[in-house]
Amino acid sequence: MAEANPFRRKKVIDALIADIREKKNALPSPCRIMEVCGTHTMTIHRYGLQTILAAAGVDMVSGPGCPVCITPAEVHEAAIGLVTGRENIVLATFGDMTRVPTRRGSLQSCVPARGSEVKIVYSPDEALGLARRHPDKEVVFFGVGFETTIPSIALAARVAAEDKLGNFAILPALWVIPPPLRAILESGEARISGFLYPGHVSAIIGERPYEFVAREFGYPGVIAGFEPADILLGIRSILDQIGDKKPAVGNEYRRVVRPEGNPLARKVMEDILEPKDACWRGLGVIPQSGLRLKAAFAAYDAESKYGLDIEARSGDLPGCRCGAVLRGILSPAECPLFGKACSPESPQGPCMVSFEGACLIRYKYKGLGS
Amino acid sequence: MCLGIPSKVIEIDEVQRTGRIDYLGTKVKTNFALLEDLRVGDWVIVHAGFAISRLSEEDAKETLDLLREIAEKS
Amino acid sequence: MSKISLELGGGGKTMRDFIAGRIVPAFKNPILAGLLDAGHLPSGFAFTTDGYVVDPLFFPGGDIGKLAVNGTVNDLVVSGALPLYLSLGLILEEGLEWSVLDRILRSLRDSAKKARVQIVTGDTKVVKQGQADKIFIHTSGIGRIIAKPRPDRVKPGDAIILTGTLGEHSLAVLTARGDYGLESRVKSDCAPLIFLLPFWKNGVLWMRDITRGGLATILSELAEQIPHPILVEEAAIPMSNPVRAASELLGIDPLYLACEGRAILIVPGPKAATILSRVRKNPLGRRAAVIGWVQDRVGRPGELLLKTPAGGLRLLEPLTSELLPRIC
Repeated sequence: MAEANPFRRKKVIDALIADIREKKNALPSPCRIMEVCGTHTMTIHRYGLQTILAAAGVDMVSGPGCPVCITPAEVHEAAIGLVTGRENIVLATFGDMTRVPTRRGSLQSCVPARGSEVKIVYSPDEALGLARRHPDKEVVFFGVGFETTIPSIALAARVAAEDKLGNFAILPALWVIPPPLRAILESGEARISGFLYPGHVSAIIGERPYEFVAREFGYPGVIAGFEPADILLGIRSILDQIGDKKPAVGNEYRRVVRPEGNPLARKVMEDILEPKDACWRGLGVIPQSGLRLKAAFAAYDAESKYGLDIEARSGDLPGCRCGAVLRGILSPAECPLFGKACSPESPQGPCMVSFEGACLIRYKYKGLGS
Repeated sequence: MCLGIPSKVIEIDEVQRTGRIDYLGTKVKTNFALLEDLRVGDWVIVHAGFAISRLSEEDAKETLDLLREIAEKS
Repeated sequence: MSKISLELGGGGKTMRDFIAGRIVPAFKNPILAGLLDAGHLPSGFAFTTDGYVVDPLFFPGGDIGKLAVNGTVNDLVVSGALPLYLSLGLILEEGLEWSVLDRILRSLRDSAKKARVQIVTGDTKVVKQGQADKIFIHTSGIGRIIAKPRPDRVKPGDAIILTGTLGEHSLAVLTARGDYGLESRVKSDCAPLIFLLPFWKNGVLWMRDITRGGLATILSELAEQIPHPILVEEAAIPMSNPVRAASELLGIDPLYLACEGRAILIVPGPKAATILSRVRKNPLGRRAAVIGWVQDRVGRPGELLLKTPAGGLRLLEPLTSELLPRIC
């Protein structure tokens, strides 16, 4: 079953690793590559690539690639406040958002006000459907995501406006990938040699938004897919860029990512959303790194509709080091709470809660001897 | 979570810009508003109920050829 | 926190902590403390109880009535008892249609016949519209003890048999709810496990049916009870394509999906092949497989490990929080 898929075949993986080892050995300096996509983190650990790559001389570090994790606690608390403080609210959101711990508990463990409830949905369309079917309820879609998810959330706002669906609003936690890359490079603290760019974010935004990484900062980067062979092809290509001293934006996921991305999806985003300075957990305020609904859609923006005054900060719960993990300066195993006070059973922060969280992924695939 | 496995478009409602895809034998209602000129039989990447990109068979074949080449060289 | 949250009924850590931290201390006695699915009474009988709040009431392959009978029967079977008698408590919402209730009663009757149990006593309550969701069912079951589960005798080399494919009940209920726009022809695996009773005499040491929390939670509970780590091979776990697909689409790990007619048997290594072939002879055990072993070569006592198809090892935790509400 797994062997039939050429992207997972052992022979292919072994050959790619051998190639990577050879290319790395020809380079003078250590090689530390940052990925900024939870699904990349997952594949790397699930297939034991972290250890195999380290043995070949390439260190992989996880960056702020988990949208649930980087959403500040204050935003989660605002959602909790809505569903516990107001009646007849249906707070709809994606699954792991409900388990993020905050000072007010989590969406999962809070007790909603009368007539209110938390509902897990798989798609923004589902949230719209809830609003249509329950005119007596006010549906708030707590929409979180990077550019892969943002167009569909924007569309939901447009549909709500066109249909004058007055009982639907979006509480946005929308994050844009290229700005934190700039912040990470400017700070230099993560000491990386290059980036593995996210596959499906790139399917939307294309190659151009990453060009500043190569042009302004001189760092290599390659867009990669999600199979083990995809990741290794990406890393191999980064090593080529380093070896040739030609930093660029490479694309090893051409079967899904066009150089221009998805222009229609981007137009939807541009019509409905506008950039804003946003505060990321761990990284602090990054200019133009978030998106909000344009003024024309204020009636469908939960922040305006409910007068939420969210003062987001980049902090964690006491003792939690998620911020440092997201900045790529602390690996999950290095966190003093990892596996002790903090585990999937008793998470201290979002990185141990989200499917895309570096700590949960590391915990699940502990690599107990491959 | 990004699903890497492509799904096949089996039904399209041009007016609603929705339809169904087949994913490993399970059929799911999907929104096609983010893609143009979609045809039944196309393979797409689906995320949170929306098709976000079409799979290019040509590029897929190129990648597979490259992998085969690398494996044989070793 | 001063109020109960939905999490409490989810089958995860919150519920387990509740039982261990409030229920057991409140009613201190050795039978309860054993925390078997059916308590063994001194008289030679086993006694169990269950509540059913599944939504929707009818789903492909079953309904709340069928669930109620089989769920109670199965608790007795896996606790080493021959199911004999059930009680039936009905809590009905004013306005429920007679046709719906009649359909459920017929299903209860048919399921009881198939499981060879008699419903001998019961109770009916009706509450005002809005104070219950159509119908809630509560049962209790009595069976005659024919064997005592022996987790203390489980040792390295013992095999873990799973009697069939995972997760079909959960997927059937999800499809019936219309959530996620999913379409699937999957039917709930809801079934009575009385065909497993003879195996208690063939040397089976421990049995558990896989309900809320799924395979991972059930095996974690066993791992906590025995002094040896457990290793399961992911590639050996029987699973249908629809469940595989739906799990990936929804981002749910199928190892945590609830079933209502699947069980885990722990059997001594030398007996595994024979017992497996006998289980497979029954239509309900057609896809049974040895999915793992109790062993001492990898991991530590108390650990449940999963060997992935890629060859790596992964630690499996019990379910921490509710995956899908009102699944049973």
